[in-house]
Amino acid sequence: MTVGAQAVNPSTAPVGTAGHTSTNLGDILERVLDRGLVIVGDIRVSLLDIELLTIKLRLLVASVDTARELGIDWWEHDPWLTSSARPSIEDGPAARRPSRAVGGERTALPEAAAEAEFDG
Amino acid sequence: MAEPKHLGVWVYGVGVDIDAAPLAGTRGVDGETLRTVDAAGLTAVVGSVDLESFGEDGLRRSLNDLPRLEAIVRTHHDVIQAVSRLGPTVPARVPAVYDDDAGVETMLEEHRQTLAEAVDRVDGRQEWGVKAYGQPPPVPAPADPRRVPRTAAGSPRPASGTAYLQQRRAAVSARDETRRTALAEAEALHSQLCRSAMACRLHRPQHAALTGDTRWMVLNGSYLLDDERSGAFRATVTRLAPSHAHLAIELTGPWPPYSFVDPVEGAA
Repeated sequence: MTVGAQAVNPSTAPVGTAGHTSTNLGDILERVLDRGLVIVGDIRVSLLDIELLTIKLRLLVASVDTARELGIDWWEHDPWLTSSARPSIEDGPAARRPSRAVGGERTALPEAAAEAEFDG
Repeated sequence: MAEPKHLGVWVYGVGVDIDAAPLAGTRGVDGETLRTVDAAGLTAVVGSVDLESFGEDGLRRSLNDLPRLEAIVRTHHDVIQAVSRLGPTVPARVPAVYDDDAGVETMLEEHRQTLAEAVDRVDGRQEWGVKAYGQPPPVPAPADPRRVPRTAAGSPRPASGTAYLQQRRAAVSARDETRRTALAEAEALHSQLCRSAMACRLHRPQHAALTGDTRWMVLNGSYLLDDERSGAFRATVTRLAPSHAHLAIELTGPWPPYSFVDPVEGAA
């Protein structure tokens, strides 16, 4: 049984998306790595390692080159993603707050993340 | 002579009274046969994995190697789906690796209460995911400063500079307005979907670079439904879509309830 992504309103069909029936890797990654039961086993990869890797790997799942071609490279400047990044002048403090809805917390909509994606 | 393999135990999920026999055709992350470990009235579905690849160093390498990571997570998910067809299953997060079965038994005993409650919470239920995207307006090309009308002395006319700034402000506020509309629609959609579901969760949006997508992901929600209510939920999403015309909506599912294994206070 596959978990297909179904575009509900094709009149606003996404740019560059072909209808596909195989499960989107991003959808699997966020569930398998970020949700589900946290069972601390004997073999430990530190959670901080995993958190950083999860973030990094999400970016790698799609072609980063493709993203850059489209002018999307905001992650290179987002301090939430890379500790070495410096906030740029035009970003207000609100834009730097990540949404906190990992693993089930109810929280506000991801205004911060949406704002962080594009320069004005 | 080959070194004997040092094996660990990879945990896929936990349920109650799961029989491994129907899982004979399913392979685990190391290509291994699936089996079960029982303790405290619970059953963990596990597989024996080579610690060369699935111990700490091996895992760290794999998590950094995208093709290997993809193979591991897809297989882990496939196993959970297979087990879910046999009975309510609480998916384990990756990675969960033990030195031996005794470690798994201890885990089941120590967390018996939490696990039993989680199994109960997912029993007869499925998760559906709804993602919604807003479309940012095209970014107008910035005015070419060389084409700004200038005075005879060559300095830019103040009126033109002002016009340029006004243009930029208008573009920024059009963008802000579009984003505000998309977020408002996403919030309304999430509220409506929560009312149609047993429980709902709001998640961090996936990064735009994930799909090379230029759209704003303004909603990444999960909704818990009784199995028999899934058809109605799909119909609800389809019915609500036209009233959120600024959003592109994607529905995924059914998922084993990854997002609902932890209790959240005051959850809808």
